Amino acid sequence: MEPAIAVDQLVKVYGATRAVDGISFALAPGSMTGLLGGNGAGKTTTIAMILGLVTPTSGSAKVLGAEMPRQRYRVLHRMNFESPYIDMPHRLTVRQNLKVFGKLYAVADLGARIADIAEQLELTEFLDRPTGKLSAGQKTRVALAKALINRPDVLLLDEPTASLDPDTADWVRARLEGFRKAQGATVLLASHNMAEVERLCERVIMMKRGRIEDDDTPQRLLTRYGRQTLEEVFLDVARGRGEAREAAQ
Amino acid sequence: MSAFAAGPIAFAPHRVAAMVLRYLYLLRSSWPRVLELIYWPTMQLFVWGFLQLYISQNAGFFARAGGMFIGAVLLWDILFRGQLGFSVSFLEEMWARNLGNLMISPLRPIEFVAALMIMSIVRLAIGMVPVSLMAITMFGFNIYGMGFALAAFFANLILTSWSVGIVVSGVLLRNGMGAESLAWTLMFVLMPLTCVYYPVATLPPWLQFVSWALPPTYVFEGMRALVMDHVFRADLMAQALGLNALYFAAAAVAFLQLLKSARRQGSLLQSGE
Repeated sequence: MEPAIAVDQLVKVYGATRAVDGISFALAPGSMTGLLGGNGAGKTTTIAMILGLVTPTSGSAKVLGAEMPRQRYRVLHRMNFESPYIDMPHRLTVRQNLKVFGKLYAVADLGARIADIAEQLELTEFLDRPTGKLSAGQKTRVALAKALINRPDVLLLDEPTASLDPDTADWVRARLEGFRKAQGATVLLASHNMAEVERLCERVIMMKRGRIEDDDTPQRLLTRYGRQTLEEVFLDVARGRGEAREAAQ
Repeated sequence: MSAFAAGPIAFAPHRVAAMVLRYLYLLRSSWPRVLELIYWPTMQLFVWGFLQLYISQNAGFFARAGGMFIGAVLLWDILFRGQLGFSVSFLEEMWARNLGNLMISPLRPIEFVAALMIMSIVRLAIGMVPVSLMAITMFGFNIYGMGFALAAFFANLILTSWSVGIVVSGVLLRNGMGAESLAWTLMFVLMPLTCVYYPVATLPPWLQFVSWALPPTYVFEGMRALVMDHVFRADLMAQALGLNALYFAAAAVAFLQLLKSARRQGSLLQSGE
Protein backbone atom coordinates (compact mmCIF):
# COMPACT_ATOMS: atom_id res chain seq x y z
CA MET A 1 0.00 0.00 0.00
CA GLU A 2 1.31 3.46 -0.93
CA PRO A 3 2.14 5.57 2.11
CA ALA A 4 -0.11 8.57 2.77
CA ILE A 5 2.97 10.67 3.50
CA ALA A 6 6.44 9.74 2.24
CA VAL A 7 9.44 11.86 3.15
CA ASP A 8 12.73 10.93 1.57
CA GLN A 9 16.10 12.47 2.45
CA LEU A 10 14.37 15.80 3.06
CA VAL A 11 16.68 18.77 3.60
CA LYS A 12 15.92 22.44 4.23
CA VAL A 13 18.74 24.93 4.55
CA TYR A 14 18.22 28.57 5.52
CA GLY A 15 21.51 30.38 5.02
CA ALA A 16 23.99 28.61 7.29
CA THR A 17 21.29 26.71 9.20
CA ARG A 18 20.21 23.19 8.29
CA ALA A 19 16.66 23.34 9.68
CA VAL A 20 15.89 19.85 8.40
CA ASP A 21 18.83 17.58 7.72
CA GLY A 22 18.12 14.57 5.53
CA ILE A 23 15.12 12.99 7.23
CA SER A 24 13.12 10.07 5.82
CA PHE A 25 9.91 8.42 6.98
CA ALA A 26 6.71 7.01 5.55
CA LEU A 27 3.30 7.11 7.20
CA ALA A 28 0.75 4.40 6.50
CA PRO A 29 -2.79 5.49 5.57
CA GLY A 30 -4.99 5.81 8.64
CA SER A 31 -2.09 6.07 11.07
CA MET A 32 -1.53 8.73 13.71
CA THR A 33 2.09 9.73 14.21
CA GLY A 34 3.64 12.15 16.64
CA LEU A 35 6.51 14.39 15.64
CA LEU A 36 8.37 15.28 18.81
CA GLY A 37 11.24 17.62 19.37
CA GLY A 38 12.32 20.72 21.23
CA ASN A 39 12.25 24.24 19.88
CA GLY A 40 14.21 24.48 16.63
CA ALA A 41 14.19 20.70 16.12
CA GLY A 42 12.70 21.14 12.62
CA LYS A 43 9.14 19.91 13.24
CA THR A 44 7.33 22.95 11.85
CA THR A 45 9.63 23.18 8.84
CA THR A 46 9.02 19.50 8.13
CA ILE A 47 5.26 19.99 8.33
CA ALA A 48 5.50 23.13 6.16
CA MET A 49 7.36 21.13 3.48
CA ILE A 50 4.74 18.37 3.62
CA LEU A 51 2.04 21.03 3.19
CA GLY A 52 3.88 22.57 0.24
CA LEU A 53 4.37 25.88 2.05
CA VAL A 54 8.14 25.54 1.97
CA THR A 55 10.21 24.22 -0.92
CA PRO A 56 12.78 21.62 0.18
CA THR A 57 16.43 22.35 -0.54
CA SER A 58 16.75 18.70 -1.56
CA GLY A 59 14.96 15.40 -1.10
CA SER A 60 11.25 14.93 -1.48
CA ALA A 61 7.97 15.06 0.42
CA LYS A 62 5.04 13.21 -1.13
CA VAL A 63 1.45 13.33 0.03
CA LEU A 64 -0.98 10.75 -1.38
CA GLY A 65 1.53 10.23 -4.17
CA ALA A 66 1.84 13.92 -5.10
CA GLU A 67 5.24 15.63 -4.92
CA MET A 68 5.07 18.74 -2.74
CA PRO A 69 5.00 21.59 -3.56
CA ARG A 70 5.17 20.89 -7.33
CA GLN A 71 2.01 18.78 -7.53
CA ARG A 72 0.25 20.27 -4.51
CA TYR A 73 -3.00 21.14 -6.30
CA ARG A 74 -3.59 17.44 -6.94
CA VAL A 75 -4.00 16.82 -3.21
CA LEU A 76 -4.59 20.05 -1.27
CA HIS A 77 -8.36 19.48 -1.34
CA ARG A 78 -7.76 16.18 0.49
CA MET A 79 -5.54 17.69 3.18
CA ASN A 80 -5.90 20.20 5.99
CA PHE A 81 -3.88 21.79 8.75
CA GLU A 82 -4.35 23.34 12.14
CA SER A 83 -1.88 25.36 14.12
CA PRO A 84 -2.13 27.94 16.90
CA TYR A 85 0.29 30.05 14.88
CA ILE A 86 -2.22 30.83 12.16
CA ASP A 87 -5.60 32.37 12.86
CA MET A 88 -9.08 32.46 11.47
CA PRO A 89 -10.22 36.00 10.54
CA HIS A 90 -11.43 37.50 13.81
CA ARG A 91 -14.13 39.82 12.48
CA LEU A 92 -15.97 37.06 10.65
CA THR A 93 -18.43 34.95 12.59
CA VAL A 94 -17.69 31.27 13.05
CA ARG A 95 -20.35 30.39 10.48
CA GLN A 96 -18.94 32.89 7.95
CA ASN A 97 -15.42 31.53 8.38
CA LEU A 98 -16.58 27.94 7.97
CA LYS A 99 -18.65 28.92 4.95
CA VAL A 100 -15.68 30.60 3.24
CA PHE A 101 -13.35 27.66 3.85
CA GLY A 102 -16.07 25.16 3.00
CA LYS A 103 -16.48 26.86 -0.37
CA LEU A 104 -12.72 26.95 -0.92
CA TYR A 105 -12.64 23.18 -0.35
CA ALA A 106 -15.81 22.69 -2.45
CA VAL A 107 -17.56 20.90 0.42
CA ALA A 108 -20.86 19.41 -0.74
CA ASP A 109 -24.02 20.34 1.16
CA LEU A 110 -22.07 22.93 3.12
CA GLY A 111 -24.89 24.14 5.38
CA ALA A 112 -25.46 20.62 6.71
CA ARG A 113 -21.72 20.03 7.07
CA ILE A 114 -21.29 23.21 9.12
CA ALA A 115 -24.22 22.25 11.35
CA ASP A 116 -22.81 18.75 11.75
CA ILE A 117 -19.26 19.79 12.59
CA ALA A 118 -20.50 22.56 14.90
CA GLU A 119 -22.48 19.97 16.81
CA GLN A 120 -19.53 17.56 17.01
CA LEU A 121 -17.23 20.30 18.30
CA GLU A 122 -19.91 21.90 20.48
CA LEU A 123 -19.81 25.15 18.54
CA THR A 124 -23.48 25.46 17.61
CA GLU A 125 -24.21 28.23 20.10
CA PHE A 126 -21.18 30.23 18.87
CA LEU A 127 -21.85 29.95 15.13
CA ASP A 128 -23.06 33.52 14.78
CA ARG A 129 -20.48 35.11 17.08
CA PRO A 130 -17.38 36.89 15.72
CA THR A 131 -14.46 34.46 15.94
CA GLY A 132 -12.27 37.07 17.65
CA LYS A 133 -14.70 37.32 20.58
CA LEU A 134 -14.32 33.66 21.54
CA SER A 135 -12.09 32.27 24.28
CA ALA A 136 -8.80 30.53 23.40
CA GLY A 137 -10.40 27.10 23.78
CA GLN A 138 -13.36 28.05 21.59
CA LYS A 139 -11.03 29.50 18.94
CA THR A 140 -9.08 26.25 18.90
CA ARG A 141 -12.31 24.37 18.31
CA VAL A 142 -13.15 26.73 15.44
CA ALA A 143 -9.69 26.16 13.94
CA LEU A 144 -10.26 22.44 14.32
CA ALA A 145 -13.67 22.74 12.64
CA LYS A 146 -11.96 24.48 9.71
CA ALA A 147 -9.31 21.73 9.60
CA LEU A 148 -11.99 19.04 9.50
CA ILE A 149 -14.52 20.81 7.25
CA ASN A 150 -13.38 18.94 4.13
CA ARG A 151 -13.09 15.56 5.89
CA PRO A 152 -9.37 15.42 5.04
CA ASP A 153 -7.58 12.19 4.24
CA VAL A 154 -4.38 13.74 5.56
CA LEU A 155 -4.48 16.02 8.59
CA LEU A 156 -1.43 17.88 9.88
CA LEU A 157 -1.52 19.40 13.33
CA ASP A 158 1.09 21.70 14.79
CA GLU A 159 0.73 21.77 18.57
CA PRO A 160 -3.07 21.67 18.44
CA THR A 161 -3.51 21.97 22.19
CA ALA A 162 -0.87 24.62 22.91
CA SER A 163 -2.15 27.25 25.37
CA LEU A 164 -5.27 25.25 26.25
CA ASP A 165 -6.19 24.28 29.78
CA PRO A 166 -5.84 20.54 30.54
CA ASP A 167 -9.59 19.90 30.39
CA THR A 168 -10.08 21.59 27.01
CA ALA A 169 -6.91 19.96 25.68
CA ASP A 170 -8.20 16.56 26.70
CA TRP A 171 -11.52 17.30 25.04
CA VAL A 172 -9.76 18.28 21.79
CA ARG A 173 -7.70 15.07 21.88
CA ALA A 174 -10.84 12.98 22.24
CA ARG A 175 -12.35 14.69 19.18
CA LEU A 176 -9.19 14.14 17.16
CA GLU A 177 -9.18 10.48 18.10
CA GLY A 178 -12.84 10.21 17.14
CA PHE A 179 -12.26 11.91 13.78
CA ARG A 180 -9.30 9.71 12.92
CA LYS A 181 -11.25 6.54 13.68
CA ALA A 182 -14.38 7.66 11.83
CA GLN A 183 -12.60 9.04 8.77
CA GLY A 184 -9.63 6.67 8.58
CA ALA A 185 -7.45 9.75 8.06
CA THR A 186 -3.69 9.89 8.35
CA VAL A 187 -2.67 12.31 11.07
CA LEU A 188 0.75 13.81 11.69
CA LEU A 189 0.90 15.66 14.97
CA ALA A 190 3.78 17.92 16.00
CA SER A 191 3.73 18.51 19.71
CA HIS A 192 5.66 19.37 22.82
CA ASN A 193 3.08 17.58 24.88
CA MET A 194 4.30 14.07 25.61
CA ALA A 195 1.10 12.90 27.28
CA GLU A 196 -0.80 13.94 24.19
CA VAL A 197 1.48 12.02 21.88
CA GLU A 198 1.47 9.00 24.18
CA ARG A 199 -2.30 8.94 24.21
CA LEU A 200 -2.98 9.58 20.52
CA CYS A 201 -0.11 8.22 18.50
CA GLU A 202 0.87 4.69 17.61
CA ARG A 203 4.22 5.91 16.37
CA VAL A 204 6.61 8.63 17.50
CA ILE A 205 9.31 10.33 15.45
CA MET A 206 11.75 12.22 17.64
CA MET A 207 13.64 15.08 16.04
CA LYS A 208 16.64 17.00 17.21
CA ARG A 209 18.58 19.67 15.31
CA GLY A 210 16.82 18.80 12.06
CA ARG A 211 17.49 15.07 12.27
CA ILE A 212 15.46 12.06 13.32
CA GLU A 213 16.93 10.81 16.58
CA ASP A 214 14.51 7.96 17.04
CA ASP A 215 11.40 6.51 15.45
CA ASP A 216 9.26 3.82 17.02
CA THR A 217 6.06 3.02 18.92
CA PRO A 218 5.71 4.78 22.29
CA GLN A 219 5.93 1.43 24.10
CA ARG A 220 9.16 0.37 22.39
CA LEU A 221 10.71 3.79 23.01
CA LEU A 222 9.90 3.50 26.71
CA THR A 223 11.43 0.01 26.84
CA ARG A 224 14.51 1.00 24.85
CA TYR A 225 15.27 4.02 27.03
CA GLY A 226 14.23 2.24 30.22
CA ARG A 227 11.80 5.03 31.10
CA GLN A 228 8.28 5.30 32.47
CA THR A 229 7.05 8.20 30.36
CA LEU A 230 7.70 9.69 26.94
CA GLU A 231 8.64 12.92 28.65
CA GLU A 232 11.65 11.18 30.19
CA VAL A 233 12.52 9.70 26.81
CA PHE A 234 12.20 13.16 25.27
CA LEU A 235 14.60 14.60 27.86
CA ASP A 236 17.04 11.77 27.22
CA VAL A 237 16.97 12.51 23.50
CA ALA A 238 17.12 16.28 23.99
CA ARG A 239 20.11 16.01 26.33
CA GLY A 240 21.91 13.39 24.28
CA ARG A 241 21.57 10.61 26.84
CA GLY A 242 20.26 8.27 24.18
CA GLU A 243 23.48 8.62 22.24
CA ALA A 244 25.49 8.12 25.42
CA ARG A 245 23.56 4.97 26.22
CA GLU A 246 24.08 3.59 22.72
CA ALA A 247 27.80 4.37 22.92
CA ALA A 248 28.04 2.57 26.29
CA GLN A 249 26.28 -0.48 24.89
CA MET B 1 -17.42 21.87 -8.99
CA SER B 2 -16.54 23.80 -12.09
CA ALA B 3 -12.98 24.62 -13.02
CA PHE B 4 -11.82 25.97 -16.36
CA ALA B 5 -8.74 23.74 -16.64
CA ALA B 6 -7.03 20.97 -14.81
CA GLY B 7 -3.63 21.27 -13.16
CA PRO B 8 -1.86 24.30 -11.76
CA ILE B 9 -3.57 26.78 -14.09
CA ALA B 10 -7.06 25.57 -13.13
CA PHE B 11 -9.44 28.41 -12.42
CA ALA B 12 -12.50 27.68 -10.31
CA PRO B 13 -15.04 30.52 -10.04
CA HIS B 14 -16.42 29.06 -6.81
CA ARG B 15 -13.09 29.64 -5.07
CA VAL B 16 -12.95 33.23 -6.34
CA ALA B 17 -16.53 33.68 -5.10
CA ALA B 18 -15.52 32.26 -1.69
CA MET B 19 -12.76 34.84 -1.34
CA VAL B 20 -15.00 37.71 -2.48
CA LEU B 21 -17.56 36.56 0.09
CA ARG B 22 -14.86 36.60 2.76
CA TYR B 23 -14.01 40.25 1.98
CA LEU B 24 -17.66 41.29 1.78
CA TYR B 25 -18.28 39.74 5.19
CA LEU B 26 -15.34 41.74 6.49
CA LEU B 27 -16.58 45.04 5.02
CA ARG B 28 -20.07 44.37 6.34
CA SER B 29 -18.71 43.74 9.82
CA SER B 30 -16.76 47.00 10.05
CA TRP B 31 -18.30 50.41 9.34
CA PRO B 32 -14.95 52.25 9.87
CA ARG B 33 -13.58 50.26 6.91
CA VAL B 34 -16.46 51.45 4.72
CA LEU B 35 -16.19 55.03 5.98
CA GLU B 36 -12.47 55.07 5.20
CA LEU B 37 -13.26 54.18 1.59
CA ILE B 38 -15.34 57.35 1.18
CA TYR B 39 -13.49 59.74 3.50
CA TRP B 40 -10.31 60.55 1.56
CA PRO B 41 -11.84 60.79 -1.91
CA THR B 42 -14.37 63.22 -0.45
CA MET B 43 -11.63 65.35 1.13
CA GLN B 44 -9.69 65.37 -2.14
CA LEU B 45 -12.78 66.39 -4.07
CA PHE B 46 -13.46 69.34 -1.76
CA VAL B 47 -9.87 70.63 -1.82
CA TRP B 48 -9.45 70.42 -5.59
CA GLY B 49 -13.03 71.35 -6.36
CA PHE B 50 -12.86 74.60 -4.41
CA LEU B 51 -9.39 75.35 -5.78
CA GLN B 52 -10.72 74.89 -9.29
CA LEU B 53 -13.66 77.14 -8.49
CA TYR B 54 -11.36 79.85 -7.20
CA ILE B 55 -8.90 79.91 -10.10
CA SER B 56 -11.58 79.56 -12.74
CA GLN B 57 -13.05 82.83 -11.44
CA ASN B 58 -9.66 84.51 -11.76
CA ALA B 59 -8.01 83.14 -14.90
CA GLY B 60 -9.38 82.84 -18.42
CA PHE B 61 -7.48 79.64 -19.24
CA PHE B 62 -8.88 77.73 -16.30
CA ALA B 63 -12.34 79.05 -16.97
CA ARG B 64 -12.03 77.29 -20.36
CA ALA B 65 -10.64 74.18 -18.71
CA GLY B 66 -13.59 73.82 -16.36
CA GLY B 67 -13.50 70.50 -14.54
CA MET B 68 -9.88 69.69 -15.39
CA PHE B 69 -8.72 69.45 -11.79
CA ILE B 70 -11.83 67.68 -10.59
CA GLY B 71 -11.53 65.25 -13.50
CA ALA B 72 -7.87 64.71 -12.64
CA VAL B 73 -8.55 64.10 -8.96
CA LEU B 74 -11.35 61.63 -9.71
CA LEU B 75 -9.22 59.72 -12.21
CA TRP B 76 -6.23 59.76 -9.86
CA ASP B 77 -8.46 58.27 -7.18
CA ILE B 78 -9.43 55.45 -9.54
CA LEU B 79 -5.73 54.68 -9.96
CA PHE B 80 -4.77 55.10 -6.32
CA ARG B 81 -7.88 53.60 -4.71
CA GLY B 82 -7.89 50.73 -7.19
CA GLN B 83 -4.41 49.72 -6.08
CA LEU B 84 -5.19 50.34 -2.43
CA GLY B 85 -8.39 48.28 -2.68
CA PHE B 86 -6.36 45.40 -4.08
CA SER B 87 -3.47 45.70 -1.61
CA VAL B 88 -5.56 46.30 1.50
CA SER B 89 -7.66 43.20 0.82
CA PHE B 90 -4.41 41.26 0.60
CA LEU B 91 -3.09 42.94 3.76
CA GLU B 92 -6.27 41.92 5.60
CA GLU B 93 -5.07 38.31 5.27
CA MET B 94 -1.70 39.20 6.77
CA TRP B 95 -3.21 41.26 9.57
CA ALA B 96 -5.59 38.37 10.33
CA ARG B 97 -2.71 35.81 10.16
CA ASN B 98 -4.92 33.90 7.74
CA LEU B 99 -2.47 33.60 4.86
CA GLY B 100 -1.27 30.15 5.99
CA ASN B 101 -4.86 28.85 5.91
CA LEU B 102 -5.31 30.13 2.37
CA MET B 103 -1.97 28.88 1.13
CA ILE B 104 -2.68 25.31 2.21
CA SER B 105 -6.18 25.42 0.73
CA PRO B 106 -6.88 24.54 -2.92
CA LEU B 107 -7.03 28.29 -3.73
CA ARG B 108 -4.76 28.99 -6.72
CA PRO B 109 -2.74 32.22 -6.97
CA ILE B 110 -4.70 33.22 -10.09
CA GLU B 111 -7.98 32.82 -8.17
CA PHE B 112 -6.65 34.79 -5.22
CA VAL B 113 -5.58 37.60 -7.56
CA ALA B 114 -8.96 37.51 -9.36
CA ALA B 115 -10.76 37.89 -6.02
CA LEU B 116 -8.51 40.81 -5.08
CA MET B 117 -9.23 42.47 -8.45
CA ILE B 118 -12.97 42.13 -7.91
CA MET B 119 -12.63 43.56 -4.41
CA SER B 120 -10.60 46.50 -5.69
CA ILE B 121 -13.57 47.40 -7.93
CA VAL B 122 -16.08 46.88 -5.09
CA ARG B 123 -14.08 49.06 -2.72
CA LEU B 124 -13.53 51.64 -5.42
CA ALA B 125 -17.24 51.78 -6.19
CA ILE B 126 -18.09 52.28 -2.50
CA GLY B 127 -15.75 55.28 -2.40
CA MET B 128 -16.09 56.77 -5.84
CA VAL B 129 -19.79 56.57 -6.68
CA PRO B 130 -20.88 58.87 -3.81
CA VAL B 131 -17.94 61.20 -4.48
CA SER B 132 -18.70 61.45 -8.20
CA LEU B 133 -22.32 62.31 -7.34
CA MET B 134 -21.05 65.00 -4.94
CA ALA B 135 -18.92 66.41 -7.79
CA ILE B 136 -22.09 66.81 -9.86
CA THR B 137 -24.13 68.47 -7.14
CA MET B 138 -21.42 70.70 -5.65
CA PHE B 139 -19.20 71.61 -8.60
CA GLY B 140 -21.35 70.80 -11.61
CA PHE B 141 -18.77 68.31 -12.86
CA ASN B 142 -20.39 65.18 -14.31
CA ILE B 143 -17.69 62.56 -14.86
CA TYR B 144 -20.31 60.25 -16.35
CA GLY B 145 -20.78 62.81 -19.11
CA MET B 146 -17.48 61.55 -20.51
CA GLY B 147 -19.36 58.47 -21.67
CA PHE B 148 -17.24 55.92 -23.54
CA ALA B 149 -14.09 57.92 -22.80
CA LEU B 150 -14.65 57.36 -19.08
CA ALA B 151 -14.87 53.59 -19.69
CA ALA B 152 -11.54 53.73 -21.58
CA PHE B 153 -9.92 55.87 -18.85
CA PHE B 154 -11.27 53.57 -16.13
CA ALA B 155 -10.12 50.36 -17.85
CA ASN B 156 -6.58 51.67 -18.31
CA LEU B 157 -6.27 53.09 -14.81
CA ILE B 158 -7.66 50.02 -13.08
CA LEU B 159 -5.30 47.78 -15.08
CA THR B 160 -2.32 49.84 -13.92
CA SER B 161 -3.59 49.78 -10.34
CA TRP B 162 -3.89 45.99 -10.45
CA SER B 163 -0.36 45.60 -11.85
CA VAL B 164 1.03 47.68 -8.99
CA GLY B 165 -1.20 45.82 -6.48
CA ILE B 166 -0.01 42.44 -7.73
CA VAL B 167 3.67 43.40 -7.40
CA VAL B 168 3.11 44.87 -3.91
CA SER B 169 1.31 41.69 -2.80
CA GLY B 170 4.17 39.58 -4.12
CA VAL B 171 6.69 41.67 -2.19
CA LEU B 172 4.54 41.35 0.96
CA LEU B 173 4.44 37.57 0.52
CA ARG B 174 8.17 37.45 0.11
CA ASN B 175 9.22 40.06 2.68
CA GLY B 176 6.36 40.09 5.18
CA MET B 177 4.81 43.07 6.92
CA GLY B 178 8.10 44.98 6.81
CA ALA B 179 7.09 45.88 3.26
CA GLU B 180 3.60 47.10 4.26
CA SER B 181 4.41 50.77 3.67
CA LEU B 182 4.87 49.98 -0.03
CA ALA B 183 1.15 49.29 -0.26
CA TRP B 184 0.36 52.82 0.94
CA THR B 185 3.12 54.78 -0.79
CA LEU B 186 4.27 53.10 -4.01
CA MET B 187 1.57 54.66 -6.14
CA PHE B 188 2.68 58.17 -5.15
CA VAL B 189 5.87 57.65 -7.19
CA LEU B 190 3.56 57.71 -10.21
CA MET B 191 1.83 60.94 -9.23
CA PRO B 192 4.45 63.42 -10.50
CA LEU B 193 5.58 61.16 -13.33
CA THR B 194 2.15 60.48 -14.83
CA CYS B 195 1.34 64.20 -14.93
CA VAL B 196 -1.98 64.03 -13.13
CA TYR B 197 -2.47 67.79 -12.85
CA TYR B 198 -0.25 69.22 -15.64
CA PRO B 199 0.65 68.35 -19.25
CA VAL B 200 3.59 66.07 -20.02
CA ALA B 201 5.23 69.00 -21.85
CA THR B 202 5.80 70.60 -18.43
CA LEU B 203 8.42 67.95 -17.58
CA PRO B 204 12.05 68.19 -18.70
CA PRO B 205 12.57 66.28 -21.97
CA TRP B 206 14.45 63.35 -20.38
CA LEU B 207 11.68 62.83 -17.83
CA GLN B 208 9.05 62.89 -20.55
CA PHE B 209 10.46 59.56 -21.82
CA VAL B 210 9.86 58.06 -18.39
CA SER B 211 6.40 59.61 -18.24
CA TRP B 212 5.36 58.18 -21.62
CA ALA B 213 6.42 54.72 -20.46
CA LEU B 214 3.63 54.83 -17.86
CA PRO B 215 0.05 54.03 -18.95
CA PRO B 216 -1.72 56.56 -16.67
CA THR B 217 0.13 59.42 -18.44
CA TYR B 218 -1.90 58.63 -21.57
CA VAL B 219 -5.10 58.68 -19.57
CA PHE B 220 -4.44 62.06 -17.95
CA GLU B 221 -3.36 63.56 -21.28
CA GLY B 222 -6.49 62.05 -22.82
CA MET B 223 -8.64 63.52 -20.07
CA ARG B 224 -7.18 66.99 -20.64
CA ALA B 225 -7.76 66.68 -24.39
CA LEU B 226 -11.37 65.73 -23.70
CA VAL B 227 -12.09 68.41 -21.12
CA MET B 228 -10.24 71.28 -22.84
CA ASP B 229 -10.48 70.48 -26.56
CA HIS B 230 -13.48 68.13 -26.50
CA VAL B 231 -11.48 65.50 -28.39
CA PHE B 232 -11.36 61.82 -27.44
CA ARG B 233 -7.83 60.57 -28.19
CA ALA B 234 -8.39 56.87 -28.99
CA ASP B 235 -4.73 56.61 -30.04
CA LEU B 236 -3.62 57.48 -26.49
CA MET B 237 -5.98 54.90 -25.02
CA ALA B 238 -4.73 52.19 -27.39
CA GLN B 239 -1.10 52.92 -26.45
CA ALA B 240 -2.00 52.85 -22.75
CA LEU B 241 -3.76 49.51 -23.22
CA GLY B 242 -0.70 48.06 -24.96
CA LEU B 243 1.57 49.19 -22.14
CA ASN B 244 -0.90 47.93 -19.54
CA ALA B 245 -0.99 44.48 -21.12
CA LEU B 246 2.79 44.41 -20.94
CA TYR B 247 2.97 45.58 -17.31
CA PHE B 248 0.15 43.30 -16.19
CA ALA B 249 1.90 40.26 -17.67
CA ALA B 250 5.19 41.36 -16.06
CA ALA B 251 3.44 41.85 -12.70
CA ALA B 252 1.88 38.37 -12.90
CA VAL B 253 5.28 36.81 -13.63
CA ALA B 254 6.87 38.83 -10.80
CA PHE B 255 4.12 37.70 -8.38
CA LEU B 256 4.66 34.03 -9.22
CA GLN B 257 8.43 34.42 -8.85
CA LEU B 258 8.03 36.18 -5.50
CA LEU B 259 5.64 33.44 -4.35
CA LYS B 260 8.19 30.84 -5.39
CA SER B 261 10.86 32.73 -3.51
CA ALA B 262 8.57 32.96 -0.43
CA ARG B 263 8.24 29.16 -0.52
CA ARG B 264 12.02 28.83 -0.65
CA GLN B 265 12.49 31.33 2.20
CA GLY B 266 9.74 29.79 4.32
CA SER B 267 7.96 33.11 4.72
CA LEU B 268 4.41 31.88 3.97
CA LEU B 269 3.81 30.60 7.48
CA GLN B 270 5.28 33.68 9.12
CA SER B 271 3.47 36.77 8.00
CA GLY B 272 5.01 39.06 10.60
CA GLU B 273 7.82 41.53 10.10
